[in-house]
Amino acid sequence: MAQQSLSAFETSSQDDAAARAAAAQSADTHGFHEHLTPFVGKSVRAFSRLRGGGSSFPGLVVERFDPGFLVRTLRQLPLGVLLVSGTNGKTTTTRMVAQMLSQLGLRVFTNPTGANFVRGVISSLLPKVSLGGRLDADIAVLELDEAYSVRFVRQVQPRYALLLNVMRDQMDRFGEIDTTARLLSHAAAAASGTVILNREDRLVRSLAGYVKKPATTRYFGLASDALRALFPDDESLQEGVPSGLCPQDAARIAPETTDTDSSGSDGTEPEAHQADSDVAALPQADVLLSGIGTGSADYTFDGQTRPAFLHVTGAYNMFNAAAALAAVRAVIDDARRMTDATDARERLSVPQITRLRRFASSDTPALLRAVSSVTPAFGRGENLMVDGSPVELVLVKNPAGFRLALRTPRQKDTRTMIAINDDYADSRDMSWLWDVDFSPLAGDGVAMVSGMRAWDMALRLQYSRIHPEQVRQDVPAALSTFLDDHADAPKTIFCTYTAMLAIRHLLSQRADVPDAGVGA
Amino acid sequence: MTDDMATADNTATADGTAVTGKTTMGRSETERETHSMLSPTAPADRRIDVLSLYPRDMNIYGDTGNITVILRRLELLGYEPVLHLYNQGDAWPDQVDLILGGGGQDSGQRKIQADFASRADILRDLAGKGVPMLLVCGLYQLFGRSFTTLEGDVLPGIGIFDAQTVGGTHRIIGNITEQSTDFGTIIGYENHSGKTTIDDGSATRPLGTVAEGCGNNGEDRSEGARVRNVIGTYCHGPLLPKNPRIADFLIRTAVINRYGSFTPTSTPEQKKELEQLDLYARRASAVAQNRPR
Repeated sequence: MAQQSLSAFETSSQDDAAARAAAAQSADTHGFHEHLTPFVGKSVRAFSRLRGGGSSFPGLVVERFDPGFLVRTLRQLPLGVLLVSGTNGKTTTTRMVAQMLSQLGLRVFTNPTGANFVRGVISSLLPKVSLGGRLDADIAVLELDEAYSVRFVRQVQPRYALLLNVMRDQMDRFGEIDTTARLLSHAAAAASGTVILNREDRLVRSLAGYVKKPATTRYFGLASDALRALFPDDESLQEGVPSGLCPQDAARIAPETTDTDSSGSDGTEPEAHQADSDVAALPQADVLLSGIGTGSADYTFDGQTRPAFLHVTGAYNMFNAAAALAAVRAVIDDARRMTDATDARERLSVPQITRLRRFASSDTPALLRAVSSVTPAFGRGENLMVDGSPVELVLVKNPAGFRLALRTPRQKDTRTMIAINDDYADSRDMSWLWDVDFSPLAGDGVAMVSGMRAWDMALRLQYSRIHPEQVRQDVPAALSTFLDDHADAPKTIFCTYTAMLAIRHLLSQRADVPDAGVGA
Repeated sequence: MTDDMATADNTATADGTAVTGKTTMGRSETERETHSMLSPTAPADRRIDVLSLYPRDMNIYGDTGNITVILRRLELLGYEPVLHLYNQGDAWPDQVDLILGGGGQDSGQRKIQADFASRADILRDLAGKGVPMLLVCGLYQLFGRSFTTLEGDVLPGIGIFDAQTVGGTHRIIGNITEQSTDFGTIIGYENHSGKTTIDDGSATRPLGTVAEGCGNNGEDRSEGARVRNVIGTYCHGPLLPKNPRIADFLIRTAVINRYGSFTPTSTPEQKKELEQLDLYARRASAVAQNRPR
């Protein structure tokens, strides 16, 4: 399964364009059955729901029955498709963009978490199209896995591509990080309108080279080196001290070894100057994250810095919000141009023009209100009240995400549980745990370690000089002990994907766990 | 320390290590201090220089864990580890007792190629002197004679292992268990596309025989390679945390090479810590062995 041939993705952007042309043609060649597609798809969906079946099955049927369905449906949208991809944060960012656009008045189609592949998109479209095949929306905001983003752009040309980061993640799936970057280059090359890139990530920044005119490139970024230290990209993680070494081990590095420390022994800080000049070479960003607080963050755009209050927690989510702001601003600019155009009345219905005009006139306070209204996605910085105490759920799936999650400020005396599973969705390989420096947990310790790979995690912590208080593989037993033993304390649970599914399910029996858009 | 350690090639068995280790056990803090005062090995004589080979470009993921394990265990055995991060262009340290190298992407292998060739003589010399080394994945391949890419280009290796590697069309990925005469059961996670074959009848032997997984080439059930005290393997995971016997072999060999004998001075707390680490390693290994590939 993991050995699925990557050569399927090794196509050029010309091949993508040719494939899209063919897909468009097949969408145009009206067969007699095309009018039946929504009916057939909806029926299959209804039946498979009755059976309690898989969510992508109706998508499979429609894909076979009417290969033009996806293209035909999505090209009705006046503002087209906004594709979100990258290693970390795509679920949260997709949700942020979709919620903000809705808040600002657009009708938005978006795919639920877990349906981030082509068939999943088709399946989630079925309940939304009318029997006549109409999709009543202005824009689609779609989260696509790096590999599926390639397949998707071979069928549908996105108007926008929002590309977040490339990190060492599921290398047991994609093999190497350069491969992951190459996968994303297809989306960058396919976009017809605006490509929005993280300027702080070298691999993502380099994707600007793939953007094809008339599409333009915009960036989001960080305003200071202090923030930059929180979000190292994959390359800077490889520089200097290996990222998995705890401070005690890093102190063993021979003094003559170069470029390991930022503070010069003569009291100067040569690296800081170097960093500054690097920053000057970065492209201008449309939106910057310029400060992080508890429950709020500062964003800079149009030359002004303003605070926004956020429901989502975690520094990474505050950076995701900068990405979402940049994407929403790009859509606003397009809506403005579109409604100002002389042929607007020929291309848009009257209600659409009204909606798009209102949306296009969104001012800064409205944008900030929209970002404040965003609610967290499944496990991405969720705060639940369980038995009267706050429990923070944090999904961890790769070293960069885990490091950042550990460095997010938490209330003192917070009790910590870590649950690591190794199903396919989690990563079978435990190597990644050794690229995370766990020393931020040394102060308050780790109360409970759980999951199929609890002993791997315990071993990792022990080598970081952190002695887990309890280790129990069984997640339900571990969770209930953890909650009971630390009833009055604030708690944080770091967990991999399938452990998160189990823990949310268990918590829903003790507390109010909101729907967080879990599709599967 | 793990209960039965494999022995180093060039020191055979006669070093009295186990005896020294056992007599230290259970001593009070005062006794231990007295012991160390009387000991011929003053603190200055307990330094061990560990070199991480190309950590910037040949550290695909997780292999830092091998460094963590070596540093921590040396410390818990009463030695003073010093870590040298050697990247291309750096000066080679005067003293190197133990070398650790990881896997890289194709781009990483290209970046180190020229420097690696310029260090080939030093590395061959150290290997010949019995310096213990652990090379994972990409550097394991480059420690062989050659790597032939899918396109037919031949990248020269430094020939410490009598082995050659050819590029493969698909990646071999998954949990792996192997049996080694030197180290017992070895648990790892392989992730490679190259296929390695060890020359018949050469001084290079496989590290182990594959029980579950693919190994060097998927055909002869061999995994990894060993010549003198140099170990090559496709096991990430990383290798050393779940296989402390290999870590202890590397450490003991390095110490004996440098100081003539291996004399751990672990405090009772340090001994307890080592036991705890090994307990977790055994439990983690037991789980890993029964997980799907």
